[in-house]
Amino acid sequence: MRIGVITFPGTSDDRETAAAVTAAGAEPIELWHNEANLARVDAVVLPGGAAHGNYLRPGALAAHAPIMTRVASAAESGLPVLGINNGFQILCEAGLLPGALVTNASARFECVDACLRFENTATPFTSAFQAGEEIVLPVRTKAGAFVADAQTITRLESENQIVARFVNDPIGSTSAIAAVRNEPGNVLGIIASPEQSIEAGFTPADPDTKLPAKPDGLKFFTSVLAERVN
Amino acid sequence: MGRVVVEVMPKPEILDPQGKAIDAALAEKGYDRFRSVRQGKRFELEVDGEVTEGDLELIHRVAEEVLANFVIEDVVKVEAL
Repeated sequence: MRIGVITFPGTSDDRETAAAVTAAGAEPIELWHNEANLARVDAVVLPGGAAHGNYLRPGALAAHAPIMTRVASAAESGLPVLGINNGFQILCEAGLLPGALVTNASARFECVDACLRFENTATPFTSAFQAGEEIVLPVRTKAGAFVADAQTITRLESENQIVARFVNDPIGSTSAIAAVRNEPGNVLGIIASPEQSIEAGFTPADPDTKLPAKPDGLKFFTSVLAERVN
Repeated sequence: MGRVVVEVMPKPEILDPQGKAIDAALAEKGYDRFRSVRQGKRFELEVDGEVTEGDLELIHRVAEEVLANFVIEDVVKVEAL
């Protein structure tokens, strides 16, 4: 299976994301922001970082990159698309996910290990998890607070598009939202770094017990592989 | 050469942590007259020659498409200088 990893100028987590793809048993395909095609990938990941220096708004300029036109049309036809942190911001700015991500309530860059609880796992990247399951992932973001108008939030709730919430929200997101999917479910955005928790011995610490958490981030990447095989 | 100013503000219902931090810093310095501070953005777009009606229409479109994100921001001014 070929999983595209898109690099924009200023993307910083593309290598870790490619390593996570490899660890899951898939082949990472490097994609550059100004490419005009997706090189026949079976899924695509937009990694974290600060594309275009986050000028204008986080993700705003990257959302207009040439490759995003292809990502949008492929997503329309059902291609699994995962946006992590800055990638989530880009997907919102591109209109592939609802809402927007704004500066954390603390106005600070937050760098903490946080617990996320799954609400709905019907996406290609989360099928290995159960609703109600809690996992620990690193959160590293300056603009991770999800916002949308009240009507949109109600719709996200009723359509089961809220994939995960923070147990103790470190960033001040609306309803503690940590991960959101589009209506069909093939596009997922998350404000936490699954690619940073893929190997035992190098995982975040559980915020309650301070013990190393399980490398659950890897399951985002093995999920999409399993979906493909099935 | 003509110049058009576009101003964008966060929507009133969106929390503006930057504005709040500025407000707190002002109060710290003893400037406690202000109820609140909100921070927005000002863009200046230059065109060759005079600013035409067509330019203003185009800039309105650009403001809505790129300069502002309507989920969180409003365009509060588009004006030729």
